[in-house]
Amino acid sequence: MPIDAEGVAKSSRVFHRDPETVKSVPIREQVLELEARGEWIAQRVPEPYAEVANKLGRAKKIPLARTWHHKSCGQCGHIPGYSTSIFWLHRKLGLDYHDPRDQTSCTAWNYYASATSNPTAQAAVALRNFAAAYESGYFPLIHCATSYGHYKEVREELIGSQKLRDQVRRIMDMMKKPMVMPEEIVHYSEWVHAVRDRIAARKVLDLSNVVATVHPACHYHKLVAEDAIYDPDIYGGQRTATVTATLKALGVQVADYSTWFDCCGFGFRHILVQRDFSRSFAVQRKIEVMKDEANPDVTVTHDTGCVTTLDQSQFAARAHQRRVGIPVLSEAQLCALAMGAHPYRVCQLHWHNTDTRKLLEKMGIDHEARWREFEADVARLKRGEIQFLGWEDADV
Amino acid sequence: MGCDTSKYAAVPLAEKLRLFEQVKADERFSHGLYGCYECGVCVAVCPSARFYDFSPRWIAQALAREDADLVYKFMNEDVWDCSQCFSCDKCPRGNSPGGLITILREVAVRNGLKSAKDALEGYGRIIYKILSTGTQVAPDMLQPNAFPDWGPHVKEISENLEWWRRALPPETLHTTETSWEVSEQTLRELYLIWYASGVMEMIKEVDEGLHMILTDVMEEKLEEAGFALDATAQD
Repeated sequence: MPIDAEGVAKSSRVFHRDPETVKSVPIREQVLELEARGEWIAQRVPEPYAEVANKLGRAKKIPLARTWHHKSCGQCGHIPGYSTSIFWLHRKLGLDYHDPRDQTSCTAWNYYASATSNPTAQAAVALRNFAAAYESGYFPLIHCATSYGHYKEVREELIGSQKLRDQVRRIMDMMKKPMVMPEEIVHYSEWVHAVRDRIAARKVLDLSNVVATVHPACHYHKLVAEDAIYDPDIYGGQRTATVTATLKALGVQVADYSTWFDCCGFGFRHILVQRDFSRSFAVQRKIEVMKDEANPDVTVTHDTGCVTTLDQSQFAARAHQRRVGIPVLSEAQLCALAMGAHPYRVCQLHWHNTDTRKLLEKMGIDHEARWREFEADVARLKRGEIQFLGWEDADV
Repeated sequence: MGCDTSKYAAVPLAEKLRLFEQVKADERFSHGLYGCYECGVCVAVCPSARFYDFSPRWIAQALAREDADLVYKFMNEDVWDCSQCFSCDKCPRGNSPGGLITILREVAVRNGLKSAKDALEGYGRIIYKILSTGTQVAPDMLQPNAFPDWGPHVKEISENLEWWRRALPPETLHTTETSWEVSEQTLRELYLIWYASGVMEMIKEVDEGLHMILTDVMEEKLEEAGFALDATAQD
């Protein structure tokens, strides 16, 4: 029998965070203090925004609209239905966003993989992107958990070091760009969390028979951990609430498993050039444990590397009769599917490795018909009838 | 293996101390190391400790004891096993072994240690991609010879790449060589960052050939943009 999230919460102490008991100076106040000293511009979260509690119980502002989408290399490159679903949700909820071309990667995947960079370069990359967002009038919404975690690291380093701020300022001056730090650093899954009830109100599928496990992304809840979202109603406030709260709002059965805290095995360098480690870890410490303890229909996560590693690692394990075969989706894709998004035009599930068809059947989606539609789209592209598939084609 | 430093006995202590001083001089060092309770939490949560002869506790303790022999050994071997997941930030003392390892790796790269070159062998194409295009992985990297263990689905993607990218509704994703469309001006600004922050010098230390290729790509564009290369030199 899978252990469900409610069971864990009922049998455990509930942790209500109290910001009054926290000794450290809140980061946001330090960002504003540096603005007051003329060190940088603190870009304010635009209205409308939601306020949710972070790990320390402090209110974190989550912008709902006018968001500048800081895209993810791995999502856009290898699992493009992830990014597409995030945009699709904004469009369906009628929330204004900007998909920029003056954005670079945070470059942290390379930094954590190879160390061929340094704090000055990393901070300059971050602030160049933040300046681009500021100049557009839109507020950064960060798709990748590594970008989110790394930018929080960079923010701490910049706050703590005048020398680093001066080094970065010199580079920003050469680019004729302002020093900008957003008032909050916000991950897209926090946006999904903030609008989960709106998504749930628009769902067209019954997901009550779907069992899901959740993999919380390391760089979301372990790196500068206090800024992640927690809720006493989710696992007694002992684990981050993002993803789990969203699934529960959708009516999905969330099942627990013992290695929830373990990473996925991504390893940054390992996933690209030393995948024996990534495969072994993903299969033996995550997928098989989920299979044995919860036997879910899907595992859901909120980061690039986690979807990649957990999904792609299962193929080779099949040859060794390992206990694999769990589809891996981001919560953005699952939300989109629940709201009636096309599994191939929007969620782009053909880029995933582990078979999703049984899951789609359980959700009541006719995947054969939807695939035929997508194949017809590709045929139109090949015949030159259309140059690209646009948003107007995605919901036909 | 483990904490045996005999392999590096011939390296002068002065050289080991020189590198260790660079580690200690990093502004992040003191914030990543506050001591050690020897509780083992960092090892218990560490994915690399399960599959390698690797321990974040050894590394934190060697740094805390200022054991230059052991730090040198770790800098040359163990640090490249780390997954950089930062699970070890769970340390009750407030240490960040993963963050300390980031510093050790940077010093290894900056000094062109052979171990860093070996660890990054085969990784050069990734460095080229991120530094020159501004996105880390690209759709055209999905080739069967690069990811044979991901099965035939990679071949299917590579064969349909052009069409499947065109079948993506967001206009910025119709690319195959980059993850999304990055403007020319943005790329020039990124190149400026690499030059002005010393990253290009780090690349030269670990891969001269790659440095030459990147220089060819970047310098012309920087000059076109009116960024004077001599002005980018670090203070």
